[in-house]
Amino acid sequence: MNPSRILPQRLVIEAGRTERHYWADLWKYRELFIFLSWRDILVRYKQTVIGVLWAVLRPFLTMVVFSFIFGRLAKLPSDGIPYPILVFSAMLPWQFFASSLTEASNSLISNANMLSKIYFPRLVLPTSAVIVSLVDFFISFVILAIMMVWYGIWPTWHLLALIPLTGLAFLASMAAGLWIAALNVEYRDFRYIVPFLVQFGLYVSPVGFSSSIVPENLRFWYSLNPMVGVIDGFRWAIAGAQTEIYWPGFALSLFVVFALLASGIWYFRRMERTFADVI
Amino acid sequence: MSSTAISVQNLGKCYKIQHQAQRGVKNYRTLGETLSSALTAPFRKLTPGFRDQRSEIRPPTSDLQSSNSNLPSSSRSEDFWALRDVSFEIPKGKVVGIIGRNGAGKSTLLKLLSRITEPTTGRIEMEGRISSLLEVGTGFHPELTGRENIFLNGAILGMPRAEIRSKFDEIVAFAEVERFLDTPVKRYSSGMYVRLAFAVAAHLEPDILIIDEVLSVGDAQFQKKCIGKMQSASEQEGRTVLFVSHNLQTIRQMCERVILLKKGEVSFIGDPHTGINGYLNQNADEQSAAIDLRAYPRQRDHDGAQLLSLKFMDEQGVVAPRVPWATNLLVEVRFRLDRRFRSLDIPMAVTHAEGLRVFSEAYSDQYEKLDLEPGEYIVHLSIPLRFFKLESYFFAIGLFDDGRYGDFIDGLPMPEIFHGNADTHMESHRWGVVRIPVAWKTVQSVSANNLPIFL
Repeated sequence: MNPSRILPQRLVIEAGRTERHYWADLWKYRELFIFLSWRDILVRYKQTVIGVLWAVLRPFLTMVVFSFIFGRLAKLPSDGIPYPILVFSAMLPWQFFASSLTEASNSLISNANMLSKIYFPRLVLPTSAVIVSLVDFFISFVILAIMMVWYGIWPTWHLLALIPLTGLAFLASMAAGLWIAALNVEYRDFRYIVPFLVQFGLYVSPVGFSSSIVPENLRFWYSLNPMVGVIDGFRWAIAGAQTEIYWPGFALSLFVVFALLASGIWYFRRMERTFADVI
Repeated sequence: MSSTAISVQNLGKCYKIQHQAQRGVKNYRTLGETLSSALTAPFRKLTPGFRDQRSEIRPPTSDLQSSNSNLPSSSRSEDFWALRDVSFEIPKGKVVGIIGRNGAGKSTLLKLLSRITEPTTGRIEMEGRISSLLEVGTGFHPELTGRENIFLNGAILGMPRAEIRSKFDEIVAFAEVERFLDTPVKRYSSGMYVRLAFAVAAHLEPDILIIDEVLSVGDAQFQKKCIGKMQSASEQEGRTVLFVSHNLQTIRQMCERVILLKKGEVSFIGDPHTGINGYLNQNADEQSAAIDLRAYPRQRDHDGAQLLSLKFMDEQGVVAPRVPWATNLLVEVRFRLDRRFRSLDIPMAVTHAEGLRVFSEAYSDQYEKLDLEPGEYIVHLSIPLRFFKLESYFFAIGLFDDGRYGDFIDGLPMPEIFHGNADTHMESHRWGVVRIPVAWKTVQSVSANNLPIFL
């Protein structure tokens, strides 16, 4: 094993210029990144007896309740697809977003000891937290597959769009996660804000209903919520031709995701230098 | 390729201390505090008498700092240089010890070298693969098994997976945990835990190894094994080792050079003998005469009573920075009562340099508690030093009125305890933090020809 692969042979640290190695380091520390994700996944499913079951049960039960309340009681339109499919196809990305946001925002605090004892690009922590949520996300896909068979919905070529859309959901989670993780180090009361944000977001995002019921004149601005674009995309990919994507809105969501991500990375990088001093 | 492994130039680290700094305060703040301080800031300018009592230590580059800095009267911030203008060079393959008192900047220096925090000024150049070990078992997870933790910890310390795999058996044998490899480490004894953690670290193969006071954990036998392993590595493989220790014996044994830090600055670089003597003399210098306690930092402000001064004296009543072992250390404490104390008690305590509380006693253990009018008083006590090892201890003293807080000061360094002809090897191998002199009887032979005749 060639040791030079791990750290540069020559390292220069200068006041205010540490970041020169940053992006190269991020690549060099990829193994640590894999190990941390692996550790968190292992621990997550070791600790809870019903680990995997829990990942499946939570979105499923929420879906049942939502289908009943919005579909049966409120009789909201379902764009011609079974209401449970409408809800569950939105539940997938939403659940992923919510749990990554929660995990990522706590990732720095819960690894505070590591932060103050060892060097590594701090970006590794929130990113691996999001990866862990990705596992739950894939498990939920199995449920979706079963539901699609049950309702006799056959996937179209649209399904391929799930690959970039999952990527988009990932980026949206990272964007919000980075912001809140860095803020959380500085302001500990963010731990109260995150659960509220997640709960609030569930109702503000088109999870229990189709975004087509949003009034036409508001629809564009509704997409300022980056998850609107992601959820609409998921429905379109899963339910096939019945739904349509509102492109201006989708473009806006896309823009918001990338703007948040870029600013999130910027803010995180800025705060990162002092994490070890503050935490 | 030069022959210098580490070169440090004008290195400095500055922390901003806001308000009145106290020890042990939290570094982060809540959003609520920030918002309310932003909202009340304009009013504070109008009422200059108002002072925010909350104290915080802030790093210099935080954005809140800059947003606060345009509200000059709201926060009095002060620069604290944990490390200042430090320059040195370490040639390849040398083992260098860093010594200095608590707060001298040793840990800050290691943190800067390991890139955990950024320097405020200066420059560091290092050549070769670097590993830093500021703690054993960083990233260990109690739920994971020994096997899993070896891989995880190796990755955290910068060992590639292939390397861990190739050394796996060696690590396991070194830690002596073969039978428990697939047991979660939460079920390990603390000894096993430390051995496993250290075994991973001992198998690192960096060119530069940076170690904080981690050798102090684990049992003596295992410590020796680790030191041996590290020593052989630096000799055979030309590894540069930089380490902090309070154990002067280890420093003497292992180091070819020492760096003595004093209040954030380098006070000596060179051979261990001179460096260690400098360190001991520095301790003695600062043990001068009476210690003024009026402005001494306290965990909690004094209340109705105040400790004024303290003197450590030898048996002749002479203020002494070094006191011989097996004599008595005399302590004189002056204090003032601002109100009547109906049931005054004076507790004292001694803490070992490693942080272990050794014992505590109180005036009331010997006499009735006191009913005293306001005024200034003096009290003497005598501590038998034959119960102490030749190590560093800290003294604490307080004033309480029937359990109610008056004043309390902890962490006063006690005079150095010395023994003219102590066997230094023997002294460094004593276990524990105190000595209890036991009564030995002389050795008797029990071989047959010495047995009493009637048997």
